[in-house]
Amino acid sequence: MTRETVIEVRGLVNRFGSQTVHENLDLDVYRGEIIGIVGGSGTGKSVLLRTIIGLVRPVAGEVRVFGEDLLALSDERRSQVERRFGVLFQSGALFSSLTVAENVALPLVEHAGLPRVDAQRLAGVKLALAGLPVDAGRKYPAQLSGGMIKRAALARALALDPEILFLDEPTAGLDPISAAAFDSLIVTLRNALGLTVFLVTHDLDTLYSTCDRVAVLSQRRVLAAAPIDEVARTDDAWVQAYFNGPRGRAAARVAHPGKD
Amino acid sequence: MATAPPLPGSATLTRDTGGSRLTISGDWTLAHYSDLQRRANELAGSIDTGIAIDIHQLGALDTSGAFVIAELLGSSRTQALAQDDALPPARRALLKTVGDAIDTYCTGVKQPREAGFVATLERIGKAMQGFWKQTAKLLAFIGITLQGFLATVWRPRRWRVTSLVSHIEQTGLDAVPILALLSFMVGCVVAFLGATALASYGASLFTVDLIGFAFLREFGVLLTAILLAGRTASAFTAQIGSMKAREEIDAIRTLGLDPVELLVLPRVLALVVALPLLTFLAMIAGIVGGGVVCMAVLKISPSMFLSMFQADISLTQFLVGIAKAPVFAFMIAVIGCMEGFKVSGSAQSVGEHTTSAVVQSIFVVILLDALAALFYMEMDW
Ligand SMILES: Nc1ncnc2c1ncn2[C@@H]1O[C@H](COP(=O)(O)OP(=O)(O)OP(=O)(O)O)[C@@H](O)[C@H]1O
Ligand SMILES: [Mg+2]
Repeated sequence: MTRETVIEVRGLVNRFGSQTVHENLDLDVYRGEIIGIVGGSGTGKSVLLRTIIGLVRPVAGEVRVFGEDLLALSDERRSQVERRFGVLFQSGALFSSLTVAENVALPLVEHAGLPRVDAQRLAGVKLALAGLPVDAGRKYPAQLSGGMIKRAALARALALDPEILFLDEPTAGLDPISAAAFDSLIVTLRNALGLTVFLVTHDLDTLYSTCDRVAVLSQRRVLAAAPIDEVARTDDAWVQAYFNGPRGRAAARVAHPGKD
Repeated sequence: MATAPPLPGSATLTRDTGGSRLTISGDWTLAHYSDLQRRANELAGSIDTGIAIDIHQLGALDTSGAFVIAELLGSSRTQALAQDDALPPARRALLKTVGDAIDTYCTGVKQPREAGFVATLERIGKAMQGFWKQTAKLLAFIGITLQGFLATVWRPRRWRVTSLVSHIEQTGLDAVPILALLSFMVGCVVAFLGATALASYGASLFTVDLIGFAFLREFGVLLTAILLAGRTASAFTAQIGSMKAREEIDAIRTLGLDPVELLVLPRVLALVVALPLLTFLAMIAGIVGGGVVCMAVLKISPSMFLSMFQADISLTQFLVGIAKAPVFAFMIAVIGCMEGFKVSGSAQSVGEHTTSAVVQSIFVVILLDALAALFYMEMDW
């Protein structure tokens, strides 16, 4: 099976002032896969995500999504490509002046052209899929708990059934039961809709249970990008500490019972 | 997934001797959502218990389409369909997930909205009540501010000098160019007005007095206060309000610090220092503007202008005007800060309270100015 590349990052350099966050970073993401991005705090995972979706202009290098360089496109073409993304930002980034249901309905009204009533109904379903009760839809983001904000943001990211889903630490702040439900939701949607998922996470259980491949960000580049068991064998101090530390071993035991 | 060219989704109901059969075919996706929903509504009544469901011609399916199907079929049939081995496992999982989501959470709730006469009365009542609450809150906030001031004034170690100086710069120094220009222009306008109106009495020389009285008593301080109400009260509200929205105020409290001391006092004191200075500047700029017009239109030389000014206008006029400045400053700053604290979570709320701060502070400034004018008149100042 030849794999179609949907995201292609080549020689990416990102710099803020004198701090270099990425240096000659290469990464490929294939259609239909769930790729987990891991790395210590501040290694530039969120910045990488923002660069791919075109919010950060890289100092050098090339980023292609669906074969297109977003920053070189006209506004209209770019908006068409962006409709094929769903993004969950690390802090939720819900619109604070809209209710949760309106937040989810917004892309449905604006991009899918649904009448408001239909959009609201569908928004309710997306919220339910993300695990929120209907009455949460009438609340404003400021009235939600941290975990509910994540779910609402996920519902908005899923609103248009996007081709690529970018998730920045989606399970941070969720209780373990919800996190597991979240993992299975992502896998179900990927299987049914052929989504590609770009998943930034620190959650080892999520990594083991959902990801086809894991990319490790370290020393300003992608140190390894491979199936998780392969990555866990990489000869690097940080990778070893990450996957073979106490938490890593526990998560691996759950994923492969019997082995250790 | 579908090999055939994409067809918009459709659902057809056929009845024959064996019972009825629902055929679901084509693409059930977001792109066709409105049509599908309409079709589903049409069919909703005619789905009976024994119905056979044929879903093998289904094209693409996404969560929106799955929702319409699940809703059309109802919970139990959706779950049965999700067990149907004829469907690919990925489809079954999607139907099951969406079906579960609907069952668990979407037990419909609709809230009726009341409208009409009663609602109007209710709004009027609420607005009245809001006004009184607002006034009480303003008085309370003034009290809190004064209390905070008295608590820190004896302890120089708790003075926020850096913050104070920075606010004086932002509210005072940065406003100098715009204020000077504004007052200069109003000075010109007043002089033109005087020259025209007084000419018919042959008294156009008294334009000088008009400018002097107007700017020293009223316009200098009023222009400054209104400009700062627009510029600074709004800035205070937006600054404190966005801190409130992002829970920074709560963080200040939990660190054992006092938000009034940290945020309110430096701003209030800065404005109390800056506004009188700016008022003085506005007076000068207005008088200069008037003087320029006098020179150009009435041929009154600068030295003559100054000597008339000195002869006719007493120091009292200046004192009477400038005395209002600290009071206005205090009210503008307190209203700006208070509205900031009233912000709740959203960006919209920041906007609403910013507007409210500007409107209130201009209102209070003009109200106080009117009261002061009455008072001065009675006192013969
Ligand atoms: N706008 C910015 N200006 C300056 N520096 C920035 C900016 N955005 C990010 N950085 C820096 O880039 C580095 C990477 O940040 P990034 O947010 O990508 O980290 P991360 O890998 O997502 O960490 P975490 O796991 O904690 O979310 C950090 O050192 C951060 O300070
Ligand atoms: Mg991050």
